[in-house]
Amino acid sequence: MNQQEKYFEAVAQIRKLMLRLIVVFLIMIAVIVHSLLAPDVFVLGNSPHEEPYAWVEEAMDDRIENGIHVRTGFVSDTGLMTVVANCTNCHSAKLVTQNRMSKERWRATIRWMQETQNLWDLGDKEAIILEYLASNYAPIQKGRRQNLEKIEWYVLE
Amino acid sequence: MNRRGFITQTALTSLTAILGTEIVFGKFIPTDYQPLGVQEPSPFQLFEKDNQMVVLNDKPWNMEAQAHLLDDAITPNKYMFIRNNGKIPETIDLDTWSLLVDGESVGQPKRYSLAELKSKFKHHTYQLTLECGGNGRSEFDPPAKGNQWTVGAVSCALWTGIRLRDILKDVGIKNDSVYVGYHAADTHLSGDPNKEPISRGVPISKALQDETLIAFKMNGEDIPLAHGYPLRLVAGGWPASASGKWLTGISVRNKVHDGSKMSGTAYRVPCEPLAPGEKVTDDKMCIIESMPVKSLITYPKTGAIFPIEKKLNIRGHAWSGEFAVKRVAYSIDFGSTWHDCNLEDATNRLAWQHFQASISFPKKGYYEVWTRATNSQGIAQPMVLPGWNPKGYLNNACHRIAVKITA
Repeated sequence: MNQQEKYFEAVAQIRKLMLRLIVVFLIMIAVIVHSLLAPDVFVLGNSPHEEPYAWVEEAMDDRIENGIHVRTGFVSDTGLMTVVANCTNCHSAKLVTQNRMSKERWRATIRWMQETQNLWDLGDKEAIILEYLASNYAPIQKGRRQNLEKIEWYVLE
Repeated sequence: MNRRGFITQTALTSLTAILGTEIVFGKFIPTDYQPLGVQEPSPFQLFEKDNQMVVLNDKPWNMEAQAHLLDDAITPNKYMFIRNNGKIPETIDLDTWSLLVDGESVGQPKRYSLAELKSKFKHHTYQLTLECGGNGRSEFDPPAKGNQWTVGAVSCALWTGIRLRDILKDVGIKNDSVYVGYHAADTHLSGDPNKEPISRGVPISKALQDETLIAFKMNGEDIPLAHGYPLRLVAGGWPASASGKWLTGISVRNKVHDGSKMSGTAYRVPCEPLAPGEKVTDDKMCIIESMPVKSLITYPKTGAIFPIEKKLNIRGHAWSGEFAVKRVAYSIDFGSTWHDCNLEDATNRLAWQHFQASISFPKKGYYEVWTRATNSQGIAQPMVLPGWNPKGYLNNACHRIAVKITA
């Protein structure tokens, strides 16, 4: 391939790129103009007028980062969304994640909430919830006194 | 909605925030939807708390101090722990707020307006220690259920109000009165209007004490919303749950009050000691009354590093429910030897007492400073966890801070 061929090939590539950029740019302008005139296009297949609350709920942040469900702080594992749906209506997820119990004690806690705190019958979801809680929030042995931990050392003036 | 739709809308939300929601994208916003920033205000701003306070729970709100935040002789609001069982009342109308005194052991129920309460009875001010029954729960093994308080669910503020005794005298109580139960304006987490989140109380003997107040001021100002505005029962030295916030009613009972959180494992401990994790039936549980002897090192903050030639001045508070603290001692050798701290008397009964000591260290290295209070009954704090109980109440084990001595 001589110098001239290389030159023409490069020119052709640049021209293609420019064309693509122009097309993309035009599409963007079209979308913006359209959105200002008829903003509904942003809601793909879901009219906010029919379901005014739907997108608020859908827009709930369900991202998982480092194995943690960001919005609630729950560990990401089988049954996560069942737990979110049934265990965060009345109280914060923090009340769950602070605690460590055996499956038997988690079950007793559910019964206590059902007997005294208006928790509904969990039906076949109960087994999923119990499995999730017992495997992710199981007791850790601490003994009669733990070492002092998480100390932030500083120079005392 | 698919993922793409979600992303588009996330972008849209930020866009609307920039452009101004009402004009361009106004029709996207459901009428009662508030932008995220408004939905979740910072609890520190909301309750005027220092941002070093630790949020344990946001529904219901529960927040605790760290030991070094409790250094003040009188706890200011910004360092006072919040413990809620239900939802804070949303509307408080001072003009219509009233206190109803009723129950089997009053002749005729009587209702008082706020103005009446304030004008009819003599005002009293006491500094009163309020500690959550579950303070220290996080240390129990097997773990105990509930908010995992460490050391910061205690406060000692100045409370101003009228004596509960004076109101009971005004209403007239019968000889068969046993217990006083409170009712309040907070609402149940489930939204059930027929459920009281918490309705506890105290035996009649505690209700008749000089220091048992129906308070309307804390530290000389209106009680902050999270602490019971506009009216609160304050029974110092007992689990703080006995001091009902947002007070609307007092029932004088001819039996032990049977309100919410008076039964089962709530604010009750096994009448006879249990092995850790052992099961116990409800009828073998006894209501917590006076809180145990305890102390807290509030200066320095744990983690101090300083040279060997420097003496360490420690200070803090000690309290013991209904009793006075007679001695506070410190140890820097894991309890092998104890040395007396300087201990002040309480401002009044049921207020915490301040201690301080000046400590020299024999050589460089890691140390823990422990303090141990002993009350007027000769009862001292344990160095390890006290008796296990299902809900992890009454952990009064010695407080410890870590220090490092350098050459």
